[in-house]
Amino acid sequence: MKRFITIGLLLAATNGFAFTVDEIVEKANQAAYYAGDDGSADVKMVITEANGGTRTREFRILRKNTGDGNQKFYVYFKAPADVNRQVFLVWKNAAQGKNDQRWLFLPDLNLVKPIAPGDKRTSFVGSDFVYEDVSGRALWEDKHELTGETDTQYIVKNTPVNPDSVEFSYYNVWIDKDTFLPRKAEYYNKEGKLYRVVEALKVETIQGFPTVIESKVSDLDDGSNTVNTFSNVKYNIGLNEQLFTERFLRRPPREATK
Amino acid sequence: MKKLILAAILISSFEFQVSSFAQDIHGFADARYGLRTQNDPNKGDKTLEELRLQLSSVWYQDLFTATVRSDFLYDGVANNQKRVDLETGEGPVDLREANVQFTPIDWMDVKVGRQILTWGTGDLLFINDLFSKDWKSFFAGRDEEYLKAPSDALFMSFYPSFANIDVAYMPRFDADRYIDGERFSYWGGAALTGADLKTDKPENWFSDDEIAVRVYRTFKGVEVAAYGYDGFWKTPQGFNPVSGKNTFPKLSVYGASARGALAGGIARLEGGYYNSRDDCDGTDPWIPNSQARLLAGYEHEIVKNLTGSAQYYIEHMMNHDAYLASVVGPAADENRHVVTLRLTQMLMNQNLILSLFTYWSPSDQDGYIRPKVSYKLTDNWKVEMNGNFFFGKNDHTFFGQFANDSNVALAARYSF
Repeated sequence: MKRFITIGLLLAATNGFAFTVDEIVEKANQAAYYAGDDGSADVKMVITEANGGTRTREFRILRKNTGDGNQKFYVYFKAPADVNRQVFLVWKNAAQGKNDQRWLFLPDLNLVKPIAPGDKRTSFVGSDFVYEDVSGRALWEDKHELTGETDTQYIVKNTPVNPDSVEFSYYNVWIDKDTFLPRKAEYYNKEGKLYRVVEALKVETIQGFPTVIESKVSDLDDGSNTVNTFSNVKYNIGLNEQLFTERFLRRPPREATK
Repeated sequence: MKKLILAAILISSFEFQVSSFAQDIHGFADARYGLRTQNDPNKGDKTLEELRLQLSSVWYQDLFTATVRSDFLYDGVANNQKRVDLETGEGPVDLREANVQFTPIDWMDVKVGRQILTWGTGDLLFINDLFSKDWKSFFAGRDEEYLKAPSDALFMSFYPSFANIDVAYMPRFDADRYIDGERFSYWGGAALTGADLKTDKPENWFSDDEIAVRVYRTFKGVEVAAYGYDGFWKTPQGFNPVSGKNTFPKLSVYGASARGALAGGIARLEGGYYNSRDDCDGTDPWIPNSQARLLAGYEHEIVKNLTGSAQYYIEHMMNHDAYLASVVGPAADENRHVVTLRLTQMLMNQNLILSLFTYWSPSDQDGYIRPKVSYKLTDNWKVEMNGNFFFGKNDHTFFGQFANDSNVALAARYSF
C-alpha cells in the first residue's frame, strides 16, 4: 500500500513538471537559436541538385543576442569564389509586425547595400534552406499543439496563424526531451502532402550547449538537398555589438576572417 | 573570337597552377564579346573583344590589412593595347586596388592607396558620390563592378559617439573614365562624332586635388547623411575655345540623404547642390551651369524572388536664363527629369538571374535599357548575356547621343 502511495506521489510530481506546449516550443527555440550570449561557427553548405550536381558555400557566421529575442548576425562568405569576402548582415527583430533589417557588403564595389525585407521563405544563398531556417521562425507565427510524445521526444504540430503567408499548411517538429533541440521537422503542403524535411543529423555538446553540427534539408518535390556542416563552434566569445555595423562590413573583424 | 577561346584555356590552366601553391589568391578569368546592334558611321561593329584575368589577394595581419587586386587584359577594341596607364586603366593592366587599411586609434580607420570608393543612396544614379566612374565599361556591358573606377586616396573614417565621419582625400584629380571616342561615338557639340576627345585635365599633385566628406548616422532606423565635395566636374563638360580642348571646371557639391525602411520596402531620398565655381552666374557658355539635383527611390520585393525598384531624378539648372542667353548649339531644358526602373528575378535556386534596368527621361525624350541574363553553370562558371540599348529623339541629349552605340554582349567567367 505504501508503495502505491509512493508511486502515486511520483506520478503527481512528474505531472507537475510536465511542460505545456508553449513552454516546449519556447525552450526549443532557445536551444536551437539562442545558445549562449553570442557564438561563432564555420559553416560548409553542400547543395546537391536533383541531377546529382553539387554546389558549395562556405561562410563564417557570428551571432549576438541583443535582448527581447532580437539578434544580430554577421555572415562572412569565403566560397564560392565569386562571393568571397562578401558580408551579409542581419538585425533580426523578433517583435510582431517588425521586419528584420538586412545589408549586403560587396567588397569589389566597396558598397554597403540595404536589402529590401523579403519573403522569409526565400532560399538562403540558393540552398534548400530558407532564411527562416537560418535565423528562426517567430513563435507567434504559428499555433502549436502537442500531438504526440515518445520516451525521448515531443511531437509538436505547428499551423501558421496566417496561412497565406507561407507555402506550407503545417509542419511537425520532433523535439528532444533532454536537450530541447528540435531534431526533425516535416513540412506538409497545401494538399496535405509531405514535401520538405529538415533534420539535425549530428548533435554535440559544446561548452555545455547541445549543438547541431550537421543538418540537412531535403526537398522531396524537386529531389534536391542541402547539408550544413558546422565546425569551429564557439559560444560566449564576447563579441562586441559594434561588429554588427557598417564600419565592420567595410573592415571585416578578425573574428570573421581568422 | 578564336583568340579569346584560346586565351581562356591558357588562363584557366594558369589559374590551376596558381591556386595549387597559393590558397589566398582569388580572382577570375572573363571573356567578353560585344557587337553594335546597328551601324555607326563613326565606329566599327565591335564594342567588346576582351579577355581579362583578375587576381586579388588580401593579407589580414594584426596591425593592418593589405589588399591588392589587379586586372590583366587583352582588349581588342581599345585604342591603346600596349602601354600601361594605371590612371585611365588603359592598356594591358588595370590596377583596381592596392591599399593598406589600419586602425591607428580605437575610433578611427585609415585606408590608404588605390581603392574603390562608394557612397550615397542612388541606384546607378549618383549625386553625392563623386568618386570616379567608368562609363565606357558600363555602356559596353562589362560587369557592373566596373562602373566604379579606382581612386588613389587617403580615406579616413572617424567614429565619435555622435556620428560616423568619412573623409576621402585624392591628392590628384581622378577623372571619370568618360566616353572619349574610343569604342563609342558621342555628341561633339555640332554633330555625332567618333573622334578622339581632346582634353586638358588638371593633374598637378596637391593643387589639383579632391576632397569628399560624409557625415552619417542612424536615427530610429533611418540612415541620414550629409556630404561635401570639392574638386572638379568628373567628366570634361567644359570647353576651352582657345585651345579647342574640353576641360574639367571646378566644382563643389553639398548634399544630404536619408534612407530607411518604409511599408515593407526601402525608401531613399538624396539631394545635392552642384556649385560650378568657374561659372557662378551661369553666363559662361563653355562651362556647365550650377545645378540642384534630387532623387527619390523605393525598392520592394514584388513577389518571392522578384524585386522591383523605381527612382525619380531631377537635375535643375540654376541660371537657365543666363544659360539661354549665351548657349551655343541646341539648348538643354531647365529641368532634366529621369525615371529609372529595376526588376530582378531569381530563378533555378538563384542560379539564373534575369534583370532589367531602364533609364527614361521624359524631358530629354531619351533613355537607356539594360537587360541582362546570367546563369551560374557551376560554382566557378558563369555565362552572361547583356544588352545596352540607347534611344533618343535628339542627338545631343545625354542618352540620345549614344543611339548608334547600342550593343549586345556575351560573356563567360571562371571564378576561383
